[in-house]
Amino acid sequence: MHIIQQLIFILVLASATYLLFKRIQFIRKGIKLGKPLSRSDNPSARWRSMALVAFGQKKMFKKPLPALLHLFVYVGFLVINIEVLEFIIDGIAGTHRIFAPFLGGTYTILLSFFEFLAVAVFVACAVFLIRRNIVKVARFHKPEMTAWPTLDANLILVFEILLTSAILLMNASDQVLQAKGAEHYTPTGQLFFSSFLIPLFQNSEVSTLIILERFFWWFHIIGILGFAVYVTYSKHLHIFMAFPNTYFANLKPMGQIDNMYNVTNEVKLMLGLPSETDVSESPAEVGRFGAKDVNDLTWKSLMDSFTCTECGRCTAECPANQTGKKLSPRGIMMATRDRVEEVAKSEKGLEDGKSLLGDYISKEEINACTSCNACVEACPVLIDPLSIILELRRYVSMEESGSPAAWNAMFQNIETNFAPWKFAPTDRFNWADDLKEV
Amino acid sequence: MAEMAAKGESPEILFWVGCAGSFDDRYKSVTKAFVKILNKVGVSFAVLGQEETCTGDPARRAGNEFLFQMQAMSNIQVFEGYNVKKIVTACPHCFNTLKNEYPALGGNYEVIHHSTFLQQLIDEGKVKPADGQAFKGQKITYHDSCYLGRANNVYEAPRKVLEALDIELVEMKRCKTNGLCCGAGGAQMFKDAEPGNKEINVERTEDALETGAGIIASACPFCLTMLSDGIKAKEKEEEIKVYDLAELIAQAEDL
Repeated sequence: MHIIQQLIFILVLASATYLLFKRIQFIRKGIKLGKPLSRSDNPSARWRSMALVAFGQKKMFKKPLPALLHLFVYVGFLVINIEVLEFIIDGIAGTHRIFAPFLGGTYTILLSFFEFLAVAVFVACAVFLIRRNIVKVARFHKPEMTAWPTLDANLILVFEILLTSAILLMNASDQVLQAKGAEHYTPTGQLFFSSFLIPLFQNSEVSTLIILERFFWWFHIIGILGFAVYVTYSKHLHIFMAFPNTYFANLKPMGQIDNMYNVTNEVKLMLGLPSETDVSESPAEVGRFGAKDVNDLTWKSLMDSFTCTECGRCTAECPANQTGKKLSPRGIMMATRDRVEEVAKSEKGLEDGKSLLGDYISKEEINACTSCNACVEACPVLIDPLSIILELRRYVSMEESGSPAAWNAMFQNIETNFAPWKFAPTDRFNWADDLKEV
Repeated sequence: MAEMAAKGESPEILFWVGCAGSFDDRYKSVTKAFVKILNKVGVSFAVLGQEETCTGDPARRAGNEFLFQMQAMSNIQVFEGYNVKKIVTACPHCFNTLKNEYPALGGNYEVIHHSTFLQQLIDEGKVKPADGQAFKGQKITYHDSCYLGRANNVYEAPRKVLEALDIELVEMKRCKTNGLCCGAGGAQMFKDAEPGNKEINVERTEDALETGAGIIASACPFCLTMLSDGIKAKEKEEEIKVYDLAELIAQAEDL
């Protein structure tokens, strides 16, 4: 009997690992569609950013209540998963609570602490479900939150509630089995939270209890493994991606837009200035100006899209979105990820007749952006929707000459009058006329 | 600048007026106010006059990188011609572009926004706006420009300048890092808003009205325009005025 359980366990563990591995490779492939960008300078500032923002959740605390609840889930996830180590050893070796005899009283305290976290996660997820579905917090109900994103968010919360319930029920039935002197059930001492659930199991037979305890054990471990695989298909990927994403985040001032060096060479030629790079050495293919599709964006923008957990803080802060415009920074991130997945999945790749601009993101959206950086500031994991918007605008302007007419007029004014408005350059100093007399 | 160069003088700072500062009828008074302050404290400065051209900021943000770089490179050539080292400007968009984006094209200068410059003058005791008591005790709210605040982390300098007026500074519910845009950034100043149900400047004006302040202080030509328009839309021109920091200081100094 034990051997069969062990074999099944090893099979389940191996399949989960395989699926996870395949999926991680897929995501890597997706991110690698992006253009190169160097983000390895100043490692100390990068480690600090990761420690504060990802590990320390600094930016979450702009909203204290969700931050506190999220902290429970986050710490619960990190700490309760230590117990998974015991699950895996037990599962492979056919033992039961292998650490209990070694740790003695410490085991009781540790498990009671894990149980506290399980209860906290349970409560937090329940509140999150209420906020989403009953209170209906506005940012969870925007047009880009279609059926799947809404279901995805709820599924994760229900999943976590079930997983934490399984821990508590498993521990409760285990304690009853210990009291009844069932074989293999090593004493754990009285576990603080699950002991309240003991009356549920008090009157059951040992054989029934063993079935129940095994059911909860299997439910929990398969749940955890299933969760790990599911997460990679879900917006929930931020639990891993937040770390690299905050490490590789932009360290420059938010207002600074990166220079396009391929344009610099051409402009220098036009102005008759000496070019630093020898023209004969420059690559034959200049490539596209700006971005039409995901391969024109940098890998960091694509990593951003996989990191986004669709919390909508960016969209809630966006001045365009608040005033009823179509632009939603979260929508930009979701569209980018959807397109990356589509390209990485399909055999045609980028040659499927579709593109990020047009099929996923409209000009109306990108034209509504004020580049105010409120979305960048709001993101708890340092995602930068603005750089995607800018790259798309660059494509529209430089490859299609398709900017709004008023912008084309503004460009023309700058070219001819050296000011964005239609004023004669000779009038530029007129403001000083009445000062000059003094 | 050309006149000073001809005399063999090199001013301490170049005052970059910007297109709004040169052409916008309302905003020209900010330019004049700032010049009056500079003259009063006796700073050696110059302007480029007709040699100044757009930094290229709106072109870059609207996606026209070619035009931006053309502007930037010609401006850098002018700066080099006059051996410019230090630039002060009242426009956060020019400030951001000159400070953060010109270095990649070879233009490295010390660039200071006028809010920081005014704060320095106050700290050094060269400007003592509280003496005039022009605004003593008045309720003033400050609107953060995105390109000064979030983009460049300048939050305190404009507030210190206002506090030097001995006024009551009241903050809007959304301020500093959470400040709401006036709606003009990212080249929106130069086109109509996309379809929506409200204008951004009206939304922001409502934040300002909630504070009960009689004056909205701004440190950006676009914000000044957008908020003035917002106040007009709300028909509150009589009760509430929108001023730039430099105008407030100049008024307090009776310039």
